[in-house]
Amino acid sequence: MTDKHAYHIDGAVPETPENDPNAGAWQETSVVGTRQARIDAYERVSGTAVFPHDVSLPEMLHGAILRCPHAHANVLEIDTTEAEKMPGVRAVITGKTAGADMPWYERGGRFYGRLFDDECRHEGEEVAAVAAETPLQAFDAIRAIKITYEKLPFVIDEAKALEPDAPAVQEGGNMVGEPRVRERGDLAAGFAEADVVVGRTYRTECQIHAPMEPHGSVARWDGNRLTVWDSTQGVFSVQGTLAKVFGLPMSNVRVIGHYMGGGFGAKLETGKYTVVAAIMAKMTARPVKIFLPREDCFTVTGNRPGNTMKIKIGAKSDGTLTAIEYDSLGSTGAYRYNAGTGALPAYLYQVANVHAIDTTVYTNAGKARPMRAPGVPQGAWSLEQAMDDLAAELEMDPLALRLKNIPTTLQTEQNPAFTSPHLRACLEKGAEAFGWAEAMELAPDEGHLKRGVGLAAGMWFYPGGPPSTVIVKLHADGSANLNMGASDIGTGTKTWAAMIVAEELGVPLAKIQVEHADTATTQYATSSGGSKTVPSDSPAVLAAAQAVKHQLLAFASEQLEAPVEDLELRELEIVSRSDAEKRVAVTEIEMLGRRGVIMGTGYRDPNPEDTVTFPFCAQFCEVEVNTRTGEIRILRFLGAHDSGRVLNRLTFDNQVFGGMAMGIGLGVTEERVLDRQTGKMVNANFHDYKIPTMLDVANDHASHPVDQPDNDFNSTGAKGLGEPATIPTAAAVGNAVANALGVRVTDAPLTPQKILEAIESKRKEA
Amino acid sequence: MAKKKHPHNPPTEGFTRRGFLGSVGAGAAAVATGVSSRAEAVPEITEPEEMVQLALSINGRLHRLLVEPRWTLLFVLRERLGITGTKAGCERGECGSCTVLIDDRPQYACMTLALEAEGVEITTVEGLLDGEELGEVQQAFVEHDAFQCGYCTSGQVVSAEGLLRANPAPTSDEIRHGMSGNLCRCGAYQHIVNAVTHAGANRKIGGGS
Repeated sequence: MTDKHAYHIDGAVPETPENDPNAGAWQETSVVGTRQARIDAYERVSGTAVFPHDVSLPEMLHGAILRCPHAHANVLEIDTTEAEKMPGVRAVITGKTAGADMPWYERGGRFYGRLFDDECRHEGEEVAAVAAETPLQAFDAIRAIKITYEKLPFVIDEAKALEPDAPAVQEGGNMVGEPRVRERGDLAAGFAEADVVVGRTYRTECQIHAPMEPHGSVARWDGNRLTVWDSTQGVFSVQGTLAKVFGLPMSNVRVIGHYMGGGFGAKLETGKYTVVAAIMAKMTARPVKIFLPREDCFTVTGNRPGNTMKIKIGAKSDGTLTAIEYDSLGSTGAYRYNAGTGALPAYLYQVANVHAIDTTVYTNAGKARPMRAPGVPQGAWSLEQAMDDLAAELEMDPLALRLKNIPTTLQTEQNPAFTSPHLRACLEKGAEAFGWAEAMELAPDEGHLKRGVGLAAGMWFYPGGPPSTVIVKLHADGSANLNMGASDIGTGTKTWAAMIVAEELGVPLAKIQVEHADTATTQYATSSGGSKTVPSDSPAVLAAAQAVKHQLLAFASEQLEAPVEDLELRELEIVSRSDAEKRVAVTEIEMLGRRGVIMGTGYRDPNPEDTVTFPFCAQFCEVEVNTRTGEIRILRFLGAHDSGRVLNRLTFDNQVFGGMAMGIGLGVTEERVLDRQTGKMVNANFHDYKIPTMLDVANDHASHPVDQPDNDFNSTGAKGLGEPATIPTAAAVGNAVANALGVRVTDAPLTPQKILEAIESKRKEA
Repeated sequence: MAKKKHPHNPPTEGFTRRGFLGSVGAGAAAVATGVSSRAEAVPEITEPEEMVQLALSINGRLHRLLVEPRWTLLFVLRERLGITGTKAGCERGECGSCTVLIDDRPQYACMTLALEAEGVEITTVEGLLDGEELGEVQQAFVEHDAFQCGYCTSGQVVSAEGLLRANPAPTSDEIRHGMSGNLCRCGAYQHIVNAVTHAGANRKIGGGS
């Protein structure tokens, strides 16, 4: 139904131990849902947080990786003699080095490359590595390695990759598997029913994750035990890979990722640099640190594929959709992943007849990785702009057209119901807060500055679920420790988790300490990706707190000689409902005092069967386009998100605005540029690759969450947010720009040049 | 920026390599003041391994150390002194994660050679703490959730501090322009503007620092 493999979470739903059956959903909350500053804010603003890049160990060496400068080449010869003699050099490794000769890029049990491959399939592939006393010595040494390359023909264009004489990137041709088809109904009949049909071809460019902390790790061996500090979204995923690669029991591999400087999907996979650091650490018997130069983070650590998307939509004159035909082509780069974008066009609206096909091809470019809602913002770029085209053709309000086609079930043959189908609520709440109706009434601008408004909707296809295991410990003094394996990738995981404990046990936030993202000291959790940390882990946190509460009530029941059912926990005091005289402070519970600690373990219950739970969203924006320069100013942006219950309103809003910033990048400023002559990336730096600055985002942001707990889905009623926040953004900007200009630019990013060309072509037509 | 003559390596006549690098590293201001043509320069060659003695004043404390002439202030802060609040994001003057104050002005530590940071007062994010207490900009960042992952945050905080020292009551536009050299990929920009506005208002009420 959905892309199960988008986040490398494979296999069936695990067996989950039973939680406390007495636990019920919250009726009212006093902590959850409020605005709370993060519990680790002090560390993050004072400079005391130790990020993996900050880790410095005694005797530590610094590594650097030599990368292929060509888009496609064979390595014929490597001469490391000179490099080995350079000052400070302690290790030089290549694919021939014992222990470094291993396959890499596994997918479905098959490997598509090697750690150091003799065939380099894109610019930046790893060829050799050095460890030296200082980073500069390591970089000096890799420059002294002499490589003889045989340059090979390459292909970087997705359409050309499918031509019969195209250079083969992988054995067996450039198709990545079979095209993915989503279909239902009868497409031809659907279009025959339509009064109006619109269609165009849309394009988005390849976007780079570009987290501010570069990718990297520090590796240290103690005999046959390996410890790695990694800038990762999932310590357990990295642990699993390292255990496999080095043939170690998982218990001998410790991965620590307490802080990490952003990932957006790029830091879900285990990096080659981590293994390379560990290999050199083993060889030298010294810790090795490798952090990649920023340029390498542009070329080798993942991207959101560029896509060409052909879409055709049919509707009756009252706006009822009758058919959607969709055809998307994208490239996963040189190694297997998928570049599909068809999910949103196939599922966002109620429509009986759909045929959506996704073709993914190999090209000689860096491998794609999941990037914040993989495929979906691209699908929104095409679908949501086509919807506006359709609205114009039907002379309908774009909002009304969408409201006419709201689904309450997932649009597949099985047609399962949504547990919380709030797309309508997002659109209506957002439109009201934005003043959509008033904005649509405004007269067009006379001058060269044209204002326009646009909206776009979205949904996200990963609900979250088991497994998750969390432990809460209550200490004798009434303070608590929360132990969970999930990474806090900047979304505020630790804080909402502590808020749940505070809500359930009455322990103030300042007395809760969170231990997380360390494979040696915390419980297994899946990686923080897919907007599933909240929906997967929050119920486990709640269950753990409830398990503590259950024991507390049992102890108090003995001490107060009152039945458990008669007792309730209020602000760290247990009180009898029937006899107000019977009360005891938690810190006065004898059993707690004697034991010193009460520990509760919570598990994530399975999702309900036969239903589907997805987050929904709608975003609205107002732009000003300068028709003389082609520049766009984003004046305001509003997000109306249905992510179930809001756990922390402060970080929720921050997440919404952050998603908008990244979406503005996709729609307006960002584009990987590969040189046609050489296949090399020409803008692998922040100067030429423009991630939005403070001047590029809206002046005015608003967030209006729907905030309806989905108690049918899980015990906290919370759904995911991080990815939905970026799904409709670029499309909303596209619609606002078209609204301002009266002409649509179909290709992202909306650069001044494209805007001016569109204005010019409209002038010529008139 | 004050350039300091170095006792262990007295500058030769005319245009030295270090002087040239220093001017370039100092950024636009130095370029604007006009560095004479490169052609007339007779560079003084310093070997990479040759260590130079240096004293840096960081957060009010003097650090004496030996550096390679090519080491940046960022490298010395992080790798030699273990002052890791200042972050390495791009090491090519583009992202602002390494912003420090040099005599009250925000500067990229990755584009500043350690050698040219002698004789000036360097303030890192740690230097904005008052003992264990957060400074007012830091406190405003906490309250307004003006960050997500936190990696660019040190640079943002320092940049905001520099902005407010120069302009205690910036408008929202002045904040956006003043801080546009600090990238935040998580996109916490709106909350950063909120925090800086708030910190500015507090400073104005409190009489400034």
